[in-house]
Amino acid sequence: MLWWAVTASGLIGPETLPSPADVWNAFTEHVTGPDGLLAAARGTLIRLAFALGVAVVVGTLIGFAMAASVVVQRSVGTLMTALQALPSIAWLPLALVWFGPTERAVMFVVFIGGVPAVAIATATSIRQVPPLFTRAARTMGARGWTLQRTVVLPACVPGYWSGLQQAWAVAWRALLAAEIIRIGAARGLGHLLEASTSAENISLIIAIMGVIVVIGLAIDLFFSVVDRRIRRKRGLLVPA
Amino acid sequence: MSDARALSLIPGLTDAPVKLTFRGVSKAYATGSGTTVEAIRDVSFDVVAGEFVCLIGPSGCGKSTILNLLAGLERPDRGEVLLDGAPITEPGPDRALLFQDPALFPWLSVRGNVEYALRLRGTPAGELRDTAEHWLQRVHLSAFADLQPHELSGGMRHRAALARALACRPEVLLADEPFGALDAQMREILQVELQQVWSELGNTLVFVTHNVREATFLADRVILLTARPGRPIEEYRITTPRPRQFDDALLRSVVQDIHERLSKEVERAAGEEAIRQDLA
Repeated sequence: MLWWAVTASGLIGPETLPSPADVWNAFTEHVTGPDGLLAAARGTLIRLAFALGVAVVVGTLIGFAMAASVVVQRSVGTLMTALQALPSIAWLPLALVWFGPTERAVMFVVFIGGVPAVAIATATSIRQVPPLFTRAARTMGARGWTLQRTVVLPACVPGYWSGLQQAWAVAWRALLAAEIIRIGAARGLGHLLEASTSAENISLIIAIMGVIVVIGLAIDLFFSVVDRRIRRKRGLLVPA
Repeated sequence: MSDARALSLIPGLTDAPVKLTFRGVSKAYATGSGTTVEAIRDVSFDVVAGEFVCLIGPSGCGKSTILNLLAGLERPDRGEVLLDGAPITEPGPDRALLFQDPALFPWLSVRGNVEYALRLRGTPAGELRDTAEHWLQRVHLSAFADLQPHELSGGMRHRAALARALACRPEVLLADEPFGALDAQMREILQVELQQVWSELGNTLVFVTHNVREATFLADRVILLTARPGRPIEEYRITTPRPRQFDDALLRSVVQDIHERLSKEVERAAGEEAIRQDLA
């Protein structure tokens, strides 16, 4: 409403902030086609799924190793904490030197952003499994791998899922930042954003930002819904 | 039946084999500040098969330590802990342990929790549901089988934990103040139910509590422990036939005796503590 009022009254000219109608038109005009929003969103999401998927697998394995061994926790764990303090986009210069302005460089930046979050969440959630549960299972005769599989793994699911949620948010930011700097071959939302900046198509810029917000919110919603289901089942959800 | 059980517990007349043995057992723990605390010292006692024994004593008398040793969750520093004459080296489903917290797995339904114990026993998949149902019925929880543990009341959670423990078909049931956190009424209900289960299944039961009334109501034998380091100072045999009444005159007099002995013990411990502090 405020946006509409400000643009309609002429307080801010269309060269600075186009009206909602202009943005909507830009959106509908560019939604399809090989350079369109849909194709770009698809490109971005495929990148995200791939890089984040690898990050989750690697991060989980590192997390298991951290939980299992004090030595790994002290060495690799410290490294993971350090990595988490580094915004993943700060890896980009190094990635460009290593891989050139390629798809691999984008993937690497997303991957390196996701791994520490997943690894730390995995290790922490395993370490925080209440000893009462493992004691109870042991008195019923569970030991070794059975104990890990039937008690430790299910018990750490809520903490692990929070880690995935965090990793996704980090990866999403890193991915768009890398795309805006125009690396990687396939088109993505970041590329499109950069292209419309060069073309000074402000309406399209805002439309793309809107698409990014909507996709981000949708994925966030997915994580929150699953998270709530996990917690409700276990009675961990505090009634609002 | 209850007469035969009572007779079998009178020393010299018993023909039931010894199930559990504590022989000269000591156990100390390292504390955070680097000192060690002696939990129990030179504890010896036997429990015969099918006997219901309550361990009672002031807090810090090592009651839980004794149970953890029997469960095989801990190893003694000195002495022997035996099951059927063989040393206990690790936990096993032949000795189920009930905790003060029901310790139900929150990611499983009530039925799932019971089935968990059954699976560990190697129950075939086809029989899981029926067998779980059997144990849930035993504790009057069939109607709540599909709920999650957090949806049950405190008393029901303890019943579910009991069903899960019984599903292990343990020869020995160990209970660490299992009803300690419940209100008096719920506690009495569960005490009656536990007695019923025990007299029907004939398990050996070692029950830890600091509630004298609970101990005398439940047990064939009450073993009174001193404060830290814990060791047995007195034994009371309760021959009152079952089912017992809470207001039974004999039980009341035993409760009275134990209370007197306990307060003497607490005074003595406090006196020793005072002397120790004077010397320090």
